[in-house]
Amino acid sequence: MVDMNKLAGELAEKGKDIESGFLFEVNPIPGEVEVLQIIIEDREELPIFVSTSEEQILCITYLFKEGEVKTESFDEMNKAMLLTNISMPLSSFAKIDDQYVIYGALSVNSSLSDVVHELEILSGNAIDAIDAMTNYLK
Amino acid sequence: MSIFTKIITAIRGGAREVGESIVDANSVRIFEQEIKDAEAALDKAKRDLTEVLAKEMQAGRKAEQLKEDVKKHEGYASEALDKGNEELALEVAQKIAELQGELAVQVKAQATFSAHIDRLKGLIKQTSKTLADYERQLVMVKTTDTVQKATQAITSNYASGASSLLTAKESLDRIKQKQQDFDDRMEAGEALQGEFDGADLDKKLREAGIVDDGSAAKDILAKLKEKKG
Repeated sequence: MVDMNKLAGELAEKGKDIESGFLFEVNPIPGEVEVLQIIIEDREELPIFVSTSEEQILCITYLFKEGEVKTESFDEMNKAMLLTNISMPLSSFAKIDDQYVIYGALSVNSSLSDVVHELEILSGNAIDAIDAMTNYLK
Repeated sequence: MSIFTKIITAIRGGAREVGESIVDANSVRIFEQEIKDAEAALDKAKRDLTEVLAKEMQAGRKAEQLKEDVKKHEGYASEALDKGNEELALEVAQKIAELQGELAVQVKAQATFSAHIDRLKGLIKQTSKTLADYERQLVMVKTTDTVQKATQAITSNYASGASSLLTAKESLDRIKQKQQDFDDRMEAGEALQGEFDGADLDKKLREAGIVDDGSAAKDILAKLKEKKG
């Protein structure tokens, strides 16, 4: 099990590292399970949510709600997502309730730099994914 | 029904009450107990296996020893017969019969232990597989639970947030605009830097007398005069 407080502290420190060129803020969200909200500079609209279970660290970005998809485009978009899933480095499409999401899962034994790398890739993938799916959106 | 099928059914069913869990906490506890039981069974089977393996080896060693003894006594009996000592030969033969009796017991014991070993190995293989299956499925259940609870935490904290009101398209436009602004700023910065650099060079050239200060104006005037004339 990952120590979320420790991870939050280390991530917050890393997010201020100008030299990395990848700046972000870390906000812990209270709840039944601990979640970290990662707000990336200039991409504040697409935060990443990090949570952990015994086996893995999950990094999730919410893309859009079902309601934003053109009714006639569902099938085509779902297929497009399945077809492109493997090509997308480290991230996968998924759906939580009525939200389409993009996520990456890491081993709980991942290093801090692995987690940061995941966040950076996921953030880029999220933008590209929305861009690629725009035609299916209202 | 596999856990994965159950999860799919629960998720597809949708329309859960707020706070209602996809994963029934009680079934998770039962599942965890089953894993503990399987782990205990596996531990016991492994301990039993070590014990039976030792016993099987022991029986094997004893059987080998007895076979040698039988052979040795067969030699003695043969020698006694050669020397015409029938009485001694009979005594040795009785000993051989005794040894063969013991040998039969050890061989049978070894065979029984071997069969037991095969059973235990099968049991360990099966229990390990079951355990791995249970553990994998429990991770599935717990991950589903984590995602659900995380989603609840996120929605209850950010449902009214400004960014949640944006559509994906609007978010993308904003992010692209920010990127564009950044690129523009960079470009402007570079252009400005270029101008500074250029101005600096001009100044140096003028100071060095390579570029004449008023030369452009003089040239233009000269050309105008030419046209007039």
